Amino acid sequence: MTSTQRPARSAYLDHAATTPMVPAAVAAMTQALSEVGNASSLHSSGRRARRMVEEARESIAEALGARPSEVIFTGGGTEANNLAVKGIYWAQHKENPARRRVLVSAVEHHAVLDAAQWLADDMGAELALLPVDAEGRVSPQAVRTALEADPDGVALVSVMWANNEVGTINPIAEIAAVCAEFGVPLHTDAVQAVGAVPVDFADSGATALAFSGHKLGGPYGIGALLLTREAQCTPLLHGGGQERDVRSGTLDVPAIVALAEAVRYAVKELPDTAERLAGLRDELVRGVLAKVPDAVLNGPRLDGDRLPGNAHFSFPGCEGDSLLMLLDARGIECSTGSACTAGVAEPSHVLLAMGVDPRHARGSLRFSLGHTSAKADVEALLAEIEGVVERARKAGLTTRRAGRVRT
Amino acid sequence: MKVLAAMSGGVDSAVAAARAVDAGHEVVGVHLALSAKPGTLRTGARGCCTIEDARDARRVADLLGIPFYVWDFAERFTEDVIETFVGEYAAGRTPNPCVTCNEKIKFEALLEKAIALGFDAVVTGHYARLRIVDGVPELRRSADEGKDQSYVLASLSAEQLRHAMFPLGDSVKSEVRAEAAERGLMVADKPDSHDICFIPDGNTKAFLESRLGRKPGKLVDAKTGAVLGEHTGIHGFTVGQRKGLGIEAPAPDGRPRYVLALEPVSGTVKVGSAEDLGVRVIEGDRATWPAKPLDGPTECQVQVRAHGGVAPAVAVADGEDRVRVELREPLRGVAPGQTLVLYRPDAEAGDLVLGAAKITGTRR
Repeated sequence: MTSTQRPARSAYLDHAATTPMVPAAVAAMTQALSEVGNASSLHSSGRRARRMVEEARESIAEALGARPSEVIFTGGGTEANNLAVKGIYWAQHKENPARRRVLVSAVEHHAVLDAAQWLADDMGAELALLPVDAEGRVSPQAVRTALEADPDGVALVSVMWANNEVGTINPIAEIAAVCAEFGVPLHTDAVQAVGAVPVDFADSGATALAFSGHKLGGPYGIGALLLTREAQCTPLLHGGGQERDVRSGTLDVPAIVALAEAVRYAVKELPDTAERLAGLRDELVRGVLAKVPDAVLNGPRLDGDRLPGNAHFSFPGCEGDSLLMLLDARGIECSTGSACTAGVAEPSHVLLAMGVDPRHARGSLRFSLGHTSAKADVEALLAEIEGVVERARKAGLTTRRAGRVRT
Repeated sequence: MKVLAAMSGGVDSAVAAARAVDAGHEVVGVHLALSAKPGTLRTGARGCCTIEDARDARRVADLLGIPFYVWDFAERFTEDVIETFVGEYAAGRTPNPCVTCNEKIKFEALLEKAIALGFDAVVTGHYARLRIVDGVPELRRSADEGKDQSYVLASLSAEQLRHAMFPLGDSVKSEVRAEAAERGLMVADKPDSHDICFIPDGNTKAFLESRLGRKPGKLVDAKTGAVLGEHTGIHGFTVGQRKGLGIEAPAPDGRPRYVLALEPVSGTVKVGSAEDLGVRVIEGDRATWPAKPLDGPTECQVQVRAHGGVAPAVAVADGEDRVRVELREPLRGVAPGQTLVLYRPDAEAGDLVLGAAKITGTRR
């Protein structure tokens, strides 16, 4: 490492954790922050705020193939996922107590996985994990098999649109069609998908779809659940009933306005951005594999169903935390997986579900590109990765002992 | 130098890291996660090194302007410290897990990783004075006699010591707390840690019983062989222990009885009088020498447990690995498994560590 100070310019390769707000969203939010008005108030300030919210709702609905009434604003992606998983389960179970099973893919984000686990632990639900293939994909056939095992007992299926770690895009429309055959609602966590790949709620056939503002150029602390009008969903938050009586809480007008700007921008720019990022990503992947020939690209092939900005590798013999620290010291910011409160990198449940050897899973890094990524970011990584891996490998040898598998 | 500061979240390691920064070193802070309980879908629950401690360490690193990471050493800690601790008790010895943690985790697993990653040394908040003179480590007692931790560092090898930094060695605890407050570190008033970190409730006996089960045996008078009572496992006893023996009948002479020896195979606990507890010879193996092995019989002071006093003795090295100590006066409560540390008294600069060994046996 050259200095404990951050290098002047850092190569930010962690857009899947959060991506910078787009200028239009910053401008819209800043403008709205200086105005007063509770969107539920009946006077003219309230009506003005309400109008901003409804225009934002319509704009988001149009961009994502939903009806305005299907957009339920939440305090972020985690809340939207919790609302869908718990709320739909509760409503389904209440309508028919025989519906106790929740089918969830093994590679879901913790916002879905832990919500479903909680239903099993504390609410009497039965959790079944849907298997994935070696690329992290859920097959419609796997969903069918799980549904056929107990067609009347399933309350909810939840399969993410795109995986946050390895970037796998699932065949959501096909999975939704299978669920529809059995009359079971499908929720999809589209936090990584919206703004990155085309998402059309109506065409997908999903019952519910969650997304988050700060992953697509909007603000933190705002997200939405798209929920079909006929779907039954018990609220998590009770109160004023602001959002279709499914979600309560005073609407965050500036964040909602900024979210709409960000969605509009991301969807409009999507074809160009996706092509540009895929090009950069391919350069990054080929460059890393050329510099570190035994590195393994996890997830789908580059020409497969993969998020355009996602690259995810295992570096055999290295520990992820060593790699991360060495790259960080050189101004290159990436992730060992999804961020965790204590900051300890556990072997990823996503990689383990894909059948990756736990030893390799520990030595994994995710590089994710976004709307501000440039060629220089990729070049900065490629200039350092070989030396960093070599050094991390030496450190890896010290923490691993011969003949013992560390899991 | 490029140094890695091990930051527990307490006040000592915080000030040690701050002093390393002030001294002009390039410092990176690392919090060691030492305990991981398997969860269902997520591994998160932590018994000893809590999320709060990690957060405190992180906030100190923020204020110092140094990078900070949490590294997972839970598996190494479980294997090298906790399993060793349990195994030693099962074998009738009395281990010191802090010594093992310094030897195997902080100055082995962490240090080796640090060096491989390009660091020169590991910095900790231990209270001990360390200088490297012409490549030879000089490890001395802390300026704070009450907090001195040279005992738990004495079994580090010369090579380990050459890559260690203890910036608090010349300070007393009250100064360190005052300095933390002056620097605005929020851990300035954090209580000292006590006991064994992986036994948060302090009930070592219950912890050992949960791991080793009940292994009933007899309490026997060491002189007469008379059975005085039953016990639920030798791991509940330590040589020199007086309380909690569970003997109902008083000794014939009416004087207190102590544990003299533990016999793991038969599960026998031998007890006797205070006089019988005194030993004149201590033998140890796995010796370490910060400078060089003793050159012939050497006058020194010996310490046989972390918070015990010292006793004058003559020590002889038997090869590089073994030590034999003859005490001037009988010394009580010398338990196999504890560390024997040899000091050369030095009121000015601090008593110098001559060497250390693991106690294997004693003789009267």
